[in-house]
Amino acid sequence: MITTMNPESSAIDPYAGERLKESHFHPRQAALNLRDAWSSWNGYKFADYYYDEEYEYFCVRNSCATYDICPMQKYYVSGKDAQAMLNRMVTRNIANMKEQRVTYVCWCTDEGRMVDDGTIFKLGPDKYMLTCGSPCLAWLRKSAFGFDALTIEDMSDEIAALSFQGPTSCAVLKKMGLAGIDTLKPFGIMHFPFAGSSGEPLMVSRTGFTGDLGYELWIEPGLALDLWDALYAAGSDYGIQPYGEAATNMARLEAGFIMPGREFNEALKTVHYQHDQTPFELSLGWLVDFKKPHFNGRLALLKDRDNGPEYTLVKLDIEGNKPAEESHLYSNERCTKEIGYVTSAMWSPVVKANIALAMIKTQYLQGDIWAEIYYGRELRHNSKVVRCTLQDKPFWAPGRARQTPPPAY
Amino acid sequence: MQPYDTIIIGAGHNGLICATYLARSGQRVLVLEASGSVGGLAATREFHPGFKVSVAHTVSHFSAKVVDDLDLAAHGYTSAPAPMRTVGLTLGGEHVVLAGADVGGVSAQDIRRYRDYRRLLQRFADLLKPFWLKTMPRIGASSLGELMTFARLGLRLRLLGKRDMGEFMRVATLPARDLMDEYFDHELLKAVLSWDGLIGSKMAPRSPNATIMAMLYRMSGEHHGAHSIPDGGIEGLVKALHSAALAAGVEVRTGARAGRIQILANDNGLRARGVELADGECIDAGLVVSATDPQRTFLELVGVENLEIEFTNRIQRLRCDGFVAKLHLALNGLPNFNGLAQPDGRMIIAPNMDAIEFAFDDSKYGEYSQQPVMEIVVPSLHHSSLAPEGQHVLSAHIMYVPYKLKGGWTEEARARLCERAVDIIAQYAPGLKQQILHSELLTPADLERDHNVTGGHWHHTELSIDQMLMMRPTYGAAQYSTPIPGLFLCGAGSHPGGGLMGGPGHNAAREILGKKS
Ligand SMILES: Cc1cc2nc3c(=O)[nH]c(=O)nc-3n(C[C@H](O)[C@H](O)[C@H](O)COP(=O)(O)OP(=O)(O)OC[C@H]3O[C@@H](n4cnc5c(N)ncnc54)[C@H](O)[C@@H]3O)c2cc1C
Repeated sequence: MITTMNPESSAIDPYAGERLKESHFHPRQAALNLRDAWSSWNGYKFADYYYDEEYEYFCVRNSCATYDICPMQKYYVSGKDAQAMLNRMVTRNIANMKEQRVTYVCWCTDEGRMVDDGTIFKLGPDKYMLTCGSPCLAWLRKSAFGFDALTIEDMSDEIAALSFQGPTSCAVLKKMGLAGIDTLKPFGIMHFPFAGSSGEPLMVSRTGFTGDLGYELWIEPGLALDLWDALYAAGSDYGIQPYGEAATNMARLEAGFIMPGREFNEALKTVHYQHDQTPFELSLGWLVDFKKPHFNGRLALLKDRDNGPEYTLVKLDIEGNKPAEESHLYSNERCTKEIGYVTSAMWSPVVKANIALAMIKTQYLQGDIWAEIYYGRELRHNSKVVRCTLQDKPFWAPGRARQTPPPAY
Repeated sequence: MQPYDTIIIGAGHNGLICATYLARSGQRVLVLEASGSVGGLAATREFHPGFKVSVAHTVSHFSAKVVDDLDLAAHGYTSAPAPMRTVGLTLGGEHVVLAGADVGGVSAQDIRRYRDYRRLLQRFADLLKPFWLKTMPRIGASSLGELMTFARLGLRLRLLGKRDMGEFMRVATLPARDLMDEYFDHELLKAVLSWDGLIGSKMAPRSPNATIMAMLYRMSGEHHGAHSIPDGGIEGLVKALHSAALAAGVEVRTGARAGRIQILANDNGLRARGVELADGECIDAGLVVSATDPQRTFLELVGVENLEIEFTNRIQRLRCDGFVAKLHLALNGLPNFNGLAQPDGRMIIAPNMDAIEFAFDDSKYGEYSQQPVMEIVVPSLHHSSLAPEGQHVLSAHIMYVPYKLKGGWTEEARARLCERAVDIIAQYAPGLKQQILHSELLTPADLERDHNVTGGHWHHTELSIDQMLMMRPTYGAAQYSTPIPGLFLCGAGSHPGGGLMGGPGHNAAREILGKKS
């Protein structure tokens, strides 16, 4: 049987509700996504890489590159009770935060298991912005119960945000006309006029997820493409390039930053008992302040601190050059006593070392650590057992990441 | 040195009981009561010159152990030698009368069935009885003592024998209606028998939940749960509790409203360290015990900023809306009910289970029924000092009256309900209206305001499967201790629940003292 298509209904997309949303920067990013390497993040079409992940990684480390953070979740928390409410939610003390500053935080369940990590921006006396990787509105609402002088706005779709990282990033922003950007200190925020619009619609924070010199740019969606164009015009001589998830993952590992789904499992999405983590397990004990007013999970975290976490997240320098992806770790070369597992691993081009983050049973941290590494070579499977050394500093932490003004390149 | 080992907030019967146990173990105890008198929902007050009444008007399951332990007899308490009859009223006077194991006004078959029914339910009630005075195990508990409580329950269940054990498991969460329909033909009998499973809850005969459990809870009482008014009235019971507390050295301050539980915070965490009164006075103590309801305790007195987020949300979600209103009438003579020689029983106006269900239906949508169902007693017949010589007090529990009335509780809405309730009673007791000197109707919202009980709820918070036993009021606070070290709960919102019983006060004291049994 032959059916003719109804010309009207063919115009209707039967999958409309299923398709990924497009970021505010999509038109420009789509044009540069030579490989059409799209995946998704929080319902947005999102690039794994644009051209080549290694190339993009080298741009981040050697020139400058942009990373779309429109899909990141952003919430305004404002009102008289905003500080008290957030301070009860997160483990770090935000009571002494200055305005126009950013701080890295994490928050936990009643049992002290990590729900997520993110950043808090203090934008005014009673105004904060919380950013995080996964939707958090339900948890914010729960946390807000009992704090009445408070509004929570989900700004995730209302703010266009672009991470701009790399050694030449400051120079490019200067060239773009952001006067005084070189005076912005790490975790500081500045506001700038932009494109003839009234006021200072462009917010710049000196933050990022690469462990290097870098900024994050925040603007209303209507100005997103103008911002992109201005930035790429200014950056053309500085090797500007968009980078995707793959390069981010390399850069953040070198910086020693954790990723959900890798180093930690978001507690509210964890089914199995204690398959989530506490901040102490993740070596984020420095984020937990027992001197501040009460905060969620405090009692459980105190126990965790005093008893010591079962596992501890560590940085490893591993012999050889084969990435220890998904390796099991042992206390002996014969691999009879398993003591942990690798969460993320790579050969680091800047450090020129075989690095990894790993979860190791705390009681074995003092002893030998061996990794059993599987690797393939032209369809032949091989394995080897190599020695690992604990590292206590981030693998990559260049001075320019902290210097103000940053060195000019 | 701190002046007090323990401060108890609220001088309801549970607060007084807990205080007395603690003081008898050598603690220095202060009880703070917001209102002008002790007794909480059981306090007796004058509602019209010369006429007195208490919100709770009968006892059905007051703990005999508490009476013994606290020597309440020595303080003037005498339980009623015999319980009251329960009378299901009909307009024509062909009432259904329950008196002990006997039932009158129904068919021979229903009489026989009633014996079977009572035998079975009494077995179940006996099975559960010890557990009302035990601390429930923590969820996920692994301590030997806690596991033993589970094991004992299992063992007692097993000892019922295979058939009755199966029946217990089947019946425990059954809607009252299904159970009644299985056993009986007489519609009024069914309504009267289901009453004790329903009163005080947001449940009606068709609700599958904890109505049978609530019946079994009440049946743990002295006369198998039959209601009575003690010799000195409810007032006598409260006086005895007060006197026992004072004799044990408890200090009781009325007119002292706790505004805030003071919390000490240091590197080791939080700890309750005393109470700040509403007028600003601060009193230190080693422990604080709240005999008020759980929502009030945590959300008002502790404050969410001192609590965990998920715990706070569980407390916030507790179901605390009351559905029982109180009608108090001052009468210039004894009301005359059709076909009743003396109105000295507990009289129920609920012609059949549908009548109860329909009254409930309206309340679900924020209305009250034009045909409310109710329980009536004339307490002055049992305790003569409640009214001047020859005059009487009529006290009625009216169901289902929503705490949150659509459009709010106005003077007019209250008056209309009062009038409607009086009209209905007058259908059974002609001449009643001419006897009324004064009437008072207290909605759940009024009870909340006058007695400082959230929602005006009978049990402080719903006594339902999700909020009972090791879930009462919620996990994390179901063993009388709370997430705040040094803060305990001892009111009706804790296991085993509300009603004049004393279980929460008794159990909390034992936990606080760290005693085994
Ligand atoms: C309408 C109605 C009728 C009832 N009828 C019966 C009945 O006939 N038989 C029966 O057995 N049960 C009955 N009950 C149930 C019974 O009355 C209650 O379950 C029981 O009285 C609860 O006792 P309690 O000691 O736990 O708390 P309550 O009696 O409620 O006492 C709590 C006390 O704490 C005080 N308080 C609260 N907040 C503060 C504060 N901030 N500072 C200081 N003090 C504070 C209150 O003023 C109150 O005195 C009835 C309940 C209702 C609502």
